[in-house]
Amino acid sequence: MLKTEFKNNILTAYIDGEIDHDSAAGIRTKIDAAVQTNKPKLLCLDFSKVSFMDSSGIGLVMGRYRQMKLVGGALRVINIPDRLYRLFAMSGLESLGVLR
Amino acid sequence: MKTVNEMKLCIPSKSCNEAFARSVVSAFIMNLDPTVNELSDLKTAVSEAVTNCIVHGYRHQSGTIYINGKITAENKVIITIRDKGCGIPDIKKAMEPLFTTAPDEDRAGLGFAVMQSFCDKVRVRSKPDSGTTVTLEKIIGSENDR
Repeated sequence: MLKTEFKNNILTAYIDGEIDHDSAAGIRTKIDAAVQTNKPKLLCLDFSKVSFMDSSGIGLVMGRYRQMKLVGGALRVINIPDRLYRLFAMSGLESLGVLR
Repeated sequence: MKTVNEMKLCIPSKSCNEAFARSVVSAFIMNLDPTVNELSDLKTAVSEAVTNCIVHGYRHQSGTIYINGKITAENKVIITIRDKGCGIPDIKKAMEPLFTTAPDEDRAGLGFAVMQSFCDKVRVRSKPDSGTTVTLEKIIGSENDR
């Protein structure tokens, strides 16, 4: 469901499967634990294997954005599948410059 | 408006039922041969409405979520999602994008905005202390999606 990789101060979290209110809690706990352990400068959330998401996915990204900012780090969301982009476009995350 | 098919589903307000509810709705409309986008839009909207019942409607309690589905002869899908929870005191405010009563739980405040964007029509009826009914309508096979 979630794999993480830490290299050159960058923590990449590969999210796999569906993100809804139910699954988001577990994903969030795992990402936050990995951030606490590795203390990365940059957190990358890789969405290439996300098959479905509702606005809980946006909440997950917004929460991680706030957290990384608190510790002086940055967040990027990478490999967003086309079909999920509409949700991201509605969220205002584009204007924060975190989407790639 | 002739109804060609109907379904009813009652589920407890457990978050594991979010995936179950959207799977049932997607199976229900499969006969209409929806496009990938149409299917994904409706699943997303249903997921938002069911999540609202769990996170907001039945916030400090458990309850039942009632989902009714109808398909009309015009390929219109009407999904009604109802809870008997706390209700919404100010529907207009609740439907404002980015408004949320639970920001500390990583809620984006986009639930109703997503439903409105992904469906043709969304109706919300609510009464404090007696519950909320959300009706989603989407025509499957509209020209723009083909």
